[in-house]
Amino acid sequence: MKRLLLALSLTLSAAALAPAPVRAGATDSDEERAARWTEIKKSIFGDRTVEASETAVKIDAPARALDASLVPIGLTLADKDQVKGLYFIIDDNPSPYAARFSFGPAADPGEIKLRVRVNNYTNVHAVVETKDGRLLESAKFVKASGGCSAPMGMSDEEAMKGMGEMRMKFSGDPQGGKPVEATLMVRHPNFSGMQMNQVTRDYTPARYVDKLDVTYGDKLVFHLEGDISIASNPVINFAFVPEGKGPVTVAATDNQGGRWEHRFDVPSASN
Amino acid sequence: MTGARATRRQALFGGLCLCCLPTLGRAADAFSLDEVAPGVFVRRGPDAEATAENNDAIANIGFIVGRDGVLVTESGGSLADGHWLRAEIAKRTSKPIKYVLLTHVHPDHVFGAGAFQGDAPTFVGHAALRGALDARGDFYRQRLVEILGAERTGPVVYPTLEVKEPAEIDLGDRTIRLTAHGTAHTNCDLSMLDTGSGLLFPADLLFVGRIPSLDGSLLGWLREIERLKGMGAAAAVPGHGPVRVEFAPAIADLARYLTVLRDETRAAVAAGRPIEAAVRTVAQGEKDRWSLFETYHGRNVTQAYQELEWE
Ligand SMILES: [Zn+2]
Repeated sequence: MKRLLLALSLTLSAAALAPAPVRAGATDSDEERAARWTEIKKSIFGDRTVEASETAVKIDAPARALDASLVPIGLTLADKDQVKGLYFIIDDNPSPYAARFSFGPAADPGEIKLRVRVNNYTNVHAVVETKDGRLLESAKFVKASGGCSAPMGMSDEEAMKGMGEMRMKFSGDPQGGKPVEATLMVRHPNFSGMQMNQVTRDYTPARYVDKLDVTYGDKLVFHLEGDISIASNPVINFAFVPEGKGPVTVAATDNQGGRWEHRFDVPSASN
Repeated sequence: MTGARATRRQALFGGLCLCCLPTLGRAADAFSLDEVAPGVFVRRGPDAEATAENNDAIANIGFIVGRDGVLVTESGGSLADGHWLRAEIAKRTSKPIKYVLLTHVHPDHVFGAGAFQGDAPTFVGHAALRGALDARGDFYRQRLVEILGAERTGPVVYPTLEVKEPAEIDLGDRTIRLTAHGTAHTNCDLSMLDTGSGLLFPADLLFVGRIPSLDGSLLGWLREIERLKGMGAAAAVPGHGPVRVEFAPAIADLARYLTVLRDETRAAVAAGRPIEAAVRTVAQGEKDRWSLFETYHGRNVTQAYQELEWE
């Protein structure tokens, strides 16, 4: 297990991080957790100051996950007009840096939802980057275990079915430039690299959606960089401002060269 | 224990619910076997999670004595649990143990198998069990080792007879009919019918009293329930619950839970209610009807939601 984590930390985005010791998460002291977060912050933000702010971003997560391989996360951003980006980090996951959103002019970044894997008892952190360059963090403690290594289905083949397929659901009234809420669903196993392959008796290599762009017309809604901590078949809730002409376009790639693009028409108000 | 035994006897023949039986803290060595039909012995697994105290002996396990030998219906939840069953068999018969059924991939049903390797029986499993054990066996084993230690956990044992089409095992005076099911509770559920007693052994395709756990396909499980009904058995030995139940009302309870889960999850998806809200609202009317509801129901909704949101 430890060897595996070491190997992973060399190939994934959180390369500079030492692996969390096996089973550490449940018993770590507050000091150990704080030290870990300091280390993570440094690897992601360098020497930039990250200010604590319970109000800038509120994390909605179950205190104890019902299913460690699918933990729903809601992120509510207070001053959405000032938001430029959003980071989500799961401190004790083998690759803690789970997701980074960069918002474009068509975004309405008041609320983002996503589903993640949680491998251990851990703090999760959300960090907002404001347009004037400040970084504001908040945290929540989540109890879960095994979310990254838990076998997903019973076979990889099954998990790969329909890879790249997408759906989008809209809610709200797309009138007069009011924000529209959307749910994006992507078929993709998002293999974490810690799941055993049944045929080869080896670990299924990590294969995950690493970049995803959502645009409305020619305007960016958001750009997402993802990692193995995103649950299989990623589902992301977001909102956008339907000014000008659509459609909504989603372009995604994975770390093994997969590339998919889909267009969705926003239902018109007259329907 | 005397009171509990009497209650169980009543339940055996009266079809009463056993979910209130005080079995949670019971030590493994206090378990006993009931002869639910001539030559058919079953141990009730308590409605509990695996703990260091219970050796993961939480499923209904047992054996059938035929003219030519013994068939183990379920091996147990750990090597220790399997050893217990092995010893109980030896107390009752000296006939050889010829078959051990591995009814599906879940740890509480397969980790007892190691205790029977010395008997060199045929290990019988669904054709998809090998793949499922490859994918999950080590993971389950590590989890169980954390709770019980390696010695009491035992090895992952693979099937030596893989069932795809309906098959039969001849024990001399009774025949065991095997059915490999489509993805339902898991992707490798194997049920059997003992022609000697007429008893159906649906394994975890039938939970009674204990909340079902969904780990395959909700829609598939509802389909396989219809198939089980078509087998015409009047009584069954569920994977969890009392050791013997009337089949029709028991399967109706399960079908009701799964149907409500399906319908209310579909409604949540259609209404755009997110998964975290759905786990709090879907099928809450079932809450008082099942033990361990709080532990497993939310996870079932999560599974159902993932399956149905792509419809
Ligand atoms: Zn099961």
